[in-house]
Amino acid sequence: MTALLDIKSLTIDIARDNGPARVVDGIDLTVAEGESLGVVGESGCGKSLTMLSLMGLLPNKIKATGGSAHFAGRDLLRLSPKELRKVRGAEIGFIFQDPMTSLNPVMRIGDQIVEALVYQKAMAKPAAMQRAGELLELVGIPSPRDRLMAYPHELSGGMRQRVMIAIGLAGNPRLLIADEPTTALDVTIQAQIVDLVRELKDRLKMSVVWITHDLALIAGLADRIAVLYAGTVVEDAPVDVIFDRPSHPYTRGLLASLPTLAGKAMDRLPSIGGTPPEPGRRPPGCPFAPRCSLAMPACNDALPKLAPVPGSDPRHRVACFVTTEKGAA
Amino acid sequence: MNAPLITIKGLSKAFPIRLGAFGDKAAVVRALDDFTATIIEGETLSLVGESGCGKSTTGFCILNLQRPSGGSIVYKGQELAQLDDDAMRPFRRDLQIVFQDPYSTLNPRMTIGEALSEPILFHKLATKSELPARLSRLLADVGLSDRFASRYPHELSGGQRQRVAIARALACEPRFIVCDEAISALDVSVQAQILNLLLDLQDKYKLTYLFIAHDLAVVRHISDRVGVMYLGRLAELAPSSDLFANPLHPYTRALLSAVPEPDPKSSRQRQRLQGEVPSPLNPPSGCRFHTRCPLAREKCKAEVPALREITPGHQVACHAVTSATTTQWEPVSA
Repeated sequence: MTALLDIKSLTIDIARDNGPARVVDGIDLTVAEGESLGVVGESGCGKSLTMLSLMGLLPNKIKATGGSAHFAGRDLLRLSPKELRKVRGAEIGFIFQDPMTSLNPVMRIGDQIVEALVYQKAMAKPAAMQRAGELLELVGIPSPRDRLMAYPHELSGGMRQRVMIAIGLAGNPRLLIADEPTTALDVTIQAQIVDLVRELKDRLKMSVVWITHDLALIAGLADRIAVLYAGTVVEDAPVDVIFDRPSHPYTRGLLASLPTLAGKAMDRLPSIGGTPPEPGRRPPGCPFAPRCSLAMPACNDALPKLAPVPGSDPRHRVACFVTTEKGAA
Repeated sequence: MNAPLITIKGLSKAFPIRLGAFGDKAAVVRALDDFTATIIEGETLSLVGESGCGKSTTGFCILNLQRPSGGSIVYKGQELAQLDDDAMRPFRRDLQIVFQDPYSTLNPRMTIGEALSEPILFHKLATKSELPARLSRLLADVGLSDRFASRYPHELSGGQRQRVAIARALACEPRFIVCDEAISALDVSVQAQILNLLLDLQDKYKLTYLFIAHDLAVVRHISDRVGVMYLGRLAELAPSSDLFANPLHPYTRALLSAVPEPDPKSSRQRQRLQGEVPSPLNPPSGCRFHTRCPLAREKCKAEVPALREITPGHQVACHAVTSATTTQWEPVSA
């Protein structure tokens, strides 16, 4: 498998009055053709900003300041706004968390999909409307032709998210980036959307990047998982390796503190003490060191780089001095 | 078995609303219908369900933060349901609430110390001279150091703010706390900390919790009993271990099967619910779940199923469930 998306040493800074604060600190990520990658981390870890930077959608005052992001041979960070517009939507589709704020409230659903089709595919309006109906059918909206005339407020949260997916798919993208698309939805609707994206990925042979804070959700979705902490990738491995043999102390802590429906009910959940560091106030060494029970003096001096885990799967990489020095712990 | 702390009978809440472009059509949202349950002293009773199922309304009505439309809430031999604000005030001290978002419930211009002092002074639980010692103990209880007393909410992280919200509920030395999605907005690694804190405080101060949540995996670990709600009605109420090991209501089963398992090799049989929750403006007749239920029959469309005890402590509102091991009807093949 060749890499469709290859992010190298990406750094993103927020401009502040007292100088820039680094939010993404040298992230390496790849997504292969047809692969689905789960990007997992807590709020502020840089997972959303990393993906927004690819599309040139970073908010004001936040800029990608270093590294590269090659998509199908071109470095997205160095494309002009005009060139980037051709990639956005047409080659990389995007689904956001909250469909109500991404949909235009005074425009009919059909017109919003048609807009995307006319722009990206240069389709004539009648053909685009026909296609919009097909897209709504594809994402499992009942009586899709009638729904084309509906306004966003007439649809439920789950249906709106299906419309967002339809718009995300309008350009036949090779890569679909889904940023917490089910966080605002109820659990039974979440399950429907997860099934839908999984099925569409296979049917349309897309690559998918699924950004989430929910480890349980991503277990059934991703081929590979990258765990982010405070702007760095701390572990990157195939999904079963992450769940069977997590290596980074943060990944282990996250998995241990995750309540489940299986297994014994616990009286107290194991928890990780402390809170993630804020951007601009990160320690010079490993960002997790202050909360890590295994930290050695060396952890406070330098930022560990992603390196293969001795004795594990060849694709299993971790950024932790303790693990890589002692061998697979 | 401990004594009942709060006895709730037939509690309901209807919100009148205006519909139509000019608000010229009156309608009623029946957010909560005929809720009956007893909250036992010292227990954690959890209410779960999807948005609009009435779980938060239940919590608000019990505390009289929303005046119930009908039914009764008895605490310490006193009927709370129709008390006005003045008559309710003495009971507020005992009955507290922690909300989901501590940022919107803390006054941004008040220091943490001021926010915590207010209820203490209001209920005359300490004099001005005793106050500093009292604040420091309160902060220590929720795992914060004294220096937080002089800080403002915006200087705190989400987890720290939620600790302050808990401290403020504790300030009145309550007996009962409604935790309304109290950990839902927190990051995973912080969630476990706050959950453990709530459990420690429960042991220390013999608190009773009504825990309102949508995360079933969390609820399983901390609850003594769990109630599952659907469209304003209680569908099932059972001891936690019983409910998760042997869910009886078809909705509970579907809800549990929708929860993702943190195991890529999970081969759990998934049972998918079709469609979405109907509008509470116009809820289905009979059993409100019948439009999505794989077991639904004619009877379910006509008759509201009563909550019946199937095994000791395990109550289910479903026509099809006749015992803990059998359902009366076979699922309709899709």
